[in-house]
Amino acid sequence: MNIYAIRAIYLFEMARTWRTLLQSIVSPVISTSLYFVVFGAAIGSHMNGIDGVSYGAFIVPGLIMLSLLTQSISNASFGIYFPKFVGTIYEILSAPVSALEIVAGYVGAAASKSIILGLIILVTARLFVSFQIEHPLWMLAFLILTAITFSLFGFIIGIWADNFEKLQLVPLLVVTPLTFLGGSFYSIHMLPPFWQKVTLFNPVVYLISGFRWSFYGVSDVGVGVSLGMTLVFLVACLVAVWWIFRSGYRLKA
Amino acid sequence: MQPIISVRQLGKTYASGFQALKRIDLDIRHGEIFALLGPNGAGKTTLISIICGIVNPSEGSVIADGHDVVRDYRAARAKIGLVPQELTTDAFETVWNTVSFSRGLFGRSANPAHIEKVLKDLSLWGKKDSKLMTLSGGMKRRVMIAKALSHEPQILFLDEPTAGVDVELRRDMWAMVRALRATGVTIILTTHYIDEAEEMADRIGVINKGELILVEEKAELMNKLGRKKLTLQLQGPLESIPAALSGYPLELSADGNQLVYTFDAQGEHTGIDVLLRRLGEAGIDFKDLKTSQSSLEDIFVNLVRERA
Repeated sequence: MNIYAIRAIYLFEMARTWRTLLQSIVSPVISTSLYFVVFGAAIGSHMNGIDGVSYGAFIVPGLIMLSLLTQSISNASFGIYFPKFVGTIYEILSAPVSALEIVAGYVGAAASKSIILGLIILVTARLFVSFQIEHPLWMLAFLILTAITFSLFGFIIGIWADNFEKLQLVPLLVVTPLTFLGGSFYSIHMLPPFWQKVTLFNPVVYLISGFRWSFYGVSDVGVGVSLGMTLVFLVACLVAVWWIFRSGYRLKA
Repeated sequence: MQPIISVRQLGKTYASGFQALKRIDLDIRHGEIFALLGPNGAGKTTLISIICGIVNPSEGSVIADGHDVVRDYRAARAKIGLVPQELTTDAFETVWNTVSFSRGLFGRSANPAHIEKVLKDLSLWGKKDSKLMTLSGGMKRRVMIAKALSHEPQILFLDEPTAGVDVELRRDMWAMVRALRATGVTIILTTHYIDEAEEMADRIGVINKGELILVEEKAELMNKLGRKKLTLQLQGPLESIPAALSGYPLELSADGNQLVYTFDAQGEHTGIDVLLRRLGEAGIDFKDLKTSQSSLEDIFVNLVRERA
């Protein structure tokens, strides 16, 4: 195990975070605060609670998930895409590092960054609404698991993308809609029966549902199912990454 | 002594169908400076990229310092440093950080003293806290060399190290390469500046269209293939080469004032004595004469042209 290499990549990526602090941390915090002002304080005060939870509090887990997913993907995809784009990837490829170590460095850094961000948003949210966390350990587990899974997914996108447009394509056209339609701002029980069925094909539903359960003990789908689906997606991403390094796809001509 | 790098039947065909390397065999000796010469697109970079792990080979194998570069990549790559052709650096990193990063990436524990020495040797010490984007092209090239040397490699690949580099840096680089060799590092450089190979290399390989067409000691190569030219400065211009001399490989300059005779310096009979007698008999006087050995450049151009 080349621990020094994992450490070097991890620290390099984290240094990028601190260098771009405004973009990395501050801007998601500001946009989340705006969501709270609009949906939590302004609109939320005129709405009934959902499943016995006030609307402002209800959206907290969904908003954190929204940031977690988009940030994990963008951090990890950019992290590996950029060296490919400017050519510094040569050094990673010529170094005595295994695929696992490269992934541990890049995905570890991207996940760390979005976990930190998720926690910052959690604290920020507390300034706007009051809420409790019934299962803090499960909350952390879902947070970490989701961050790692979607950082892996972002890593795959970063390798697949051969231009900046593609880099934005999947997050914009797939992930954002799925997150908005995955119950960030509502319970799927509020949908007509037909759409309730359709929405079960959206993997993000399980993430948000499980995460919300860790806060309030209420969920759209069983928490075991949530955990299972998250793990399935994690394994799918791991298999894809394994295949990428095995075949040299988009990395080694 | 075992070769430090042993390339066997190495071939590469890209997805486009382009065959960049055609089953190459090559041994690199311990501690030598090996120059790989070839025109653009000959396969130099592909060969280096495969050895360093950036490109997957289609067939064949490479052993570096006893380790297969694919199966035992970890041990092999730890011994190798690569300075690629393109100037690719992280714009926002500082010199110190990027060189330290490279050392970690290659699995070595931090060693500020070594990094300091490398930076000083490359005249980069004064720039250690500068961001890479503020450096000139020549400085960036030095940084890339520093990165390649950060983990104390035994084998160093320099892919066109002096392309687009000013004279001073070129001299520095040559001096650095010699100093490295003196410490036992094996150096493989690609270039299409032939004078560079002539100046630096112990051995020379010529690659063209994916084939290694020649590998030879530099001195031997120059001797073996070296043709000499005898240039005669005539007293008065000639209109054409006299019939009496038609059997000789002679060329007359455009103004008729120079007669050039090409001969093989290694040959038993260079034919110079007879030629000069014949010139006297034909009544052609000359006021000056010189002989010159063909350079590696001529040799190279001839080789590549022959195979074209």
